[in-house]
Amino acid sequence: MTRSLVSSLLLSTALAFPAVAQEAGPDGTPLAEEQVFTYRELDDIKSFDPQISTDVSGSKILRDLFEGLYNDDIDGNQVPGMATDHELSEDGKTYTFNLREANWSNGEPVMASDFVYSWRRLVDPETASEYAWYMELMGVENASAIVEGEMEPEELGIRAVDDRTLEVTIETPLPYFISMLTHPSTFPVPEAVVEELGDAWTRPGNLVGNGAYTLTEYNPGERVVRERNPEYWNDEETILDRTVTLIINDENQGLTRYLAGELDMTDIPSGQYPRLSEEYPDEAHSFPRSCSYIYWFNQGENGNPALKDERVRKALSYAIDRDIIVERILQGGQYPSYNWAHQATAGFDLPEIDYAGWTQEERNERAKELIAEAGYGPDGEPLTVTIQYNTDESHRKIAVAVSQFWKQTLGVNVELANYEWATHTDRLQDGNYEIARYAWCGDYNEASTYLDLMTSYSDHNVSGWTDETYDELMSESKTMQDPNPNYTEAEQILADNMPFAPIYQYTGVLMVDPQVRNYPFDNLMQNWYSKDLYIAAEDASSSSSAN
Amino acid sequence: MLVEQQKMESLAGRLVEEEVKGRSPWADARRRFVRNKAAMLGLVILVFVGAFALFGPYIAAWSIDELDFMVLGQVAELGGPSIETGHYFGTDDLGRDLFARVVQGTQISLMVGLVGAAIAVIVGTLWGAIAGYVGGATDNVMMRTVDILMAIPYMFVLILLLVMFGRSIAMLFFGIGLLSWLDMSRIVRGQTLSLKNMEYIEAARATGVSGFRIILRHIVPNLLGIVAVYATLLVPLMILTESFISFLGLGVQEPLTSWGALISEGAGTMQYGTLWQLLFPLFFFVITLFGFFFVGDGLRDALDPKDR
Amino acid sequence: MVSFILKRLAVAIPTLLVLIVLSFVLMHAAPGGPFTRERAIPPEVLVNLNARYGLDEPLWKQIGTYLWNIVAHFDFGPSFVYPSRTVNDVIAQGFPITLTYGAISFLVAVIVGCSLGVAAAIKQNSWLDYLAVGISIGAQVLPNFVMAPILVLVFTLWLGWLPGGGWNDGQWEYLIMPVVALSTSFMASIARITRSSMLEVLAQNHIRTARAKGLPTRRILLRHALKPAMLPVISYLGPAFVTMITGSVVIDLFFSTGGIGLFFVNAALSRDYSVMMGITILIGGLTILFNLVVDILYAWIDPRIRY
Repeated sequence: MTRSLVSSLLLSTALAFPAVAQEAGPDGTPLAEEQVFTYRELDDIKSFDPQISTDVSGSKILRDLFEGLYNDDIDGNQVPGMATDHELSEDGKTYTFNLREANWSNGEPVMASDFVYSWRRLVDPETASEYAWYMELMGVENASAIVEGEMEPEELGIRAVDDRTLEVTIETPLPYFISMLTHPSTFPVPEAVVEELGDAWTRPGNLVGNGAYTLTEYNPGERVVRERNPEYWNDEETILDRTVTLIINDENQGLTRYLAGELDMTDIPSGQYPRLSEEYPDEAHSFPRSCSYIYWFNQGENGNPALKDERVRKALSYAIDRDIIVERILQGGQYPSYNWAHQATAGFDLPEIDYAGWTQEERNERAKELIAEAGYGPDGEPLTVTIQYNTDESHRKIAVAVSQFWKQTLGVNVELANYEWATHTDRLQDGNYEIARYAWCGDYNEASTYLDLMTSYSDHNVSGWTDETYDELMSESKTMQDPNPNYTEAEQILADNMPFAPIYQYTGVLMVDPQVRNYPFDNLMQNWYSKDLYIAAEDASSSSSAN
Repeated sequence: MLVEQQKMESLAGRLVEEEVKGRSPWADARRRFVRNKAAMLGLVILVFVGAFALFGPYIAAWSIDELDFMVLGQVAELGGPSIETGHYFGTDDLGRDLFARVVQGTQISLMVGLVGAAIAVIVGTLWGAIAGYVGGATDNVMMRTVDILMAIPYMFVLILLLVMFGRSIAMLFFGIGLLSWLDMSRIVRGQTLSLKNMEYIEAARATGVSGFRIILRHIVPNLLGIVAVYATLLVPLMILTESFISFLGLGVQEPLTSWGALISEGAGTMQYGTLWQLLFPLFFFVITLFGFFFVGDGLRDALDPKDR
Repeated sequence: MVSFILKRLAVAIPTLLVLIVLSFVLMHAAPGGPFTRERAIPPEVLVNLNARYGLDEPLWKQIGTYLWNIVAHFDFGPSFVYPSRTVNDVIAQGFPITLTYGAISFLVAVIVGCSLGVAAAIKQNSWLDYLAVGISIGAQVLPNFVMAPILVLVFTLWLGWLPGGGWNDGQWEYLIMPVVALSTSFMASIARITRSSMLEVLAQNHIRTARAKGLPTRRILLRHALKPAMLPVISYLGPAFVTMITGSVVIDLFFSTGGIGLFFVNAALSRDYSVMMGITILIGGLTILFNLVVDILYAWIDPRIRY
């Protein structure tokens, strides 16, 4: 207790003279006087409660307000957060984490029991957390049974050995378990504060966290402000004083305000990257991001019967000119896609898919043959399919282009059905569609986050397509030292059966002020932390703009 | 941007007055209308826009959904208006011909305007005429219903409807026409009350003509003037409503389009060097609204001259 | 008068009831629910969520509970999409913002619109008249979703005079563009109405007489012409208010003001039942209230009208 008091005193003295303490960034770059970072977010933040939050924009803020056992570094590797290190048992099922001495922003120490409380809270049916399934995905012992209400939350496979030692038991060994710990739903929350204030505990002024920043202002639909937390264990090395999230619904408005100097970071609207990268080469960035965009072919009972024919699905997929979509419509350095998992996924060998190597003419030829074989197309039965997509500029453009490819190459008539998001998603999940756009973003940086989705037992596989060999390959891969051969084989099955047409793999396309340094462009998961960023002084801009 | 109730009431009063005097208001009105320059200009504009919507498809060199792969990806550089490429109005962001799309948008927007106004007029006239003619408790119930509906935030309900039933032209017609008949019904009711006790109607009633028939045969025809004016002024309101709905992304389905959809697409990209995408649809939108306002105002002034 | 107000208030209750039931049913009939997610929530989790929000009850019971909570506790329930906030929170935070820029826009529209209209009427057929008519016609048909981005482009990016959005507790520089974008078309309508009704009044006999007697023009205007000329403007204000609230959607979207307009659209799109209902009821109530105020104003100005 005395120790933490002394250290917090030291830290607050350091804070009183930030200019003296920090004149240069980690690599010696001179720093700007004002260390404030402002970025745009599309929608309002759903919640500041780690166990309740569900949205990506909320996660960014939660990573600043709280800290889990591990953090991502700038390249996406896991580095110690609240845990200094851990041991793994022989059978690969029990993790023992050693926690560092750290405080909550109210000065109370962070204990192993705080993690126990938070993880139980996540799976407790009483909390009704939407992300309760994340703990099931992590395979923490008894998580599923607790979510279903068959067991008590106290029976979750987590326990505090002592104040600084945490033990977690999982059901089967999971090679990427540690990488899953950077997700906000696993972050600790202060039991006393949560119990005392209830739902109101996340308001500015009430919220107590263990992250590098505290929540100081929240104006719904307008802005979120967080400022450095002097109680943070590594506050000394934190440079950025304040991070501001501005909620700007319209991406073109966002860009205008970025160009007017009101923002340090904003998304580039689709199609604008080439022009902006020419005009502002230091500011426009495109880098891989772990999401994959596809068109589902519904083979279920409410789908179009023609789509049950593998040849039709292949023909439709082959006839899509992905290069045009990527290079002429999206224009943000996205990757044309012929497989499922994002090609930049860690340790994933991109399999050799036959049609990926063909020219578009070859693909079109093959597509025409296939559709004729199946008895459709210009000389066969007329075929009409419906593409369903949700309201969005890019989705609209891609759907229009694809409908033209199919019409011109295959003589297939296409109807476009635009629904707003909730209806689109609902129809997808009910299997009530013919062809529908979909995108999956990886939960962690490993190919199984994609490939597991196509198993017959996945909740997310809405195509009605199942394959026993595929299921076996995937369940076998869980315990393999190197699962890549199985992944390659699984991807091959998908290419042969074409339950969906891959379209493209994502890139993040951002305008970032060149003064902003250390943004993790190389982290496929795009987990960034304000504590790692800093603002370089104006005259330092030319010296090192690495990206 | 709403119909001025005051003037409509004045017009209604005037038309009844003429009826009492047993004179047709139409002959004088026509002369006055032709002399009104703004109204005639409006009429010319409307004829022009109508012709554009009807004959545009024959002039367009491209279809509405064809992508021009020569242009796609470099729309700002290559997609501008040009006679050579056949894109008289340039192309949209996907390299689709904007001329063809503006023609198509004009058709849809005019249709929404006309059908929406027609629904409002038909429902409003019948509702008001029945309430006014029958009177008593029926009148009371019908007009209280109108009062209640008038307090409903119309646009909010429309958004809900489109969200719930999905977007389609039919839903748009229905939704837009749904609540716009309320004002109409009030005015018509007032006028019906004045007409109801006139001699020829009483005579008709005495000879045993049914109530509904009297409404259709004798009352509605006498409401024609006010209905015509009201409808003309309602069309631009419907078009404006549709543009707002399209802006919210709840308008017609691709590849069909409307002025609202084209304008909001064009407005989104106006700082990226493709200003024609905003200006062409906006031009047709603006002149059409002018046209309807001028004609509507002219029609009203012609039927209800202040220098009587 | 009092009995008139009471009568109107009596109509308000069934109106609100119709509104609540109508939107409740519409909302629940729509495909998708508040827990529809891109990645489907597993059924066992969904059960917990539905239980927490009472969505596992039959619809009539849900409506009943909902109404009871409003009547008994003035509680509009929790938000489904913003789990840590209640509908009361959402409205308490967003509505003052909407009200602030809405009221200012309203005043600007009325004051500028009326002045412009009166000026144009007095100087009929002068350049001022033509200018006023030209502006008002142009402004009436330019949609505010075109005007808003143009304003930002000009005043934020090119001139650098005004911030491109945000609220900042309603500091004046943050208010200017929202107010201009919201008020312009109403200002134009009001100017048009004022001009034509003023012209009509000026042509009436008693004004002509007063003029012939040589009374100063200003006095004639203020004493005799202005009041009757305002009647059509006042009857326009009721519907204008509602249209203005609708317009706030565009303002919130382009200027990130954080008002309730955008919250409503987002709530409808994401099936946030309770927020959507709360805002609908609020707007419905305001509409009724405003129509009542307009009627009273009307009666006060025009003594011929008796209720």
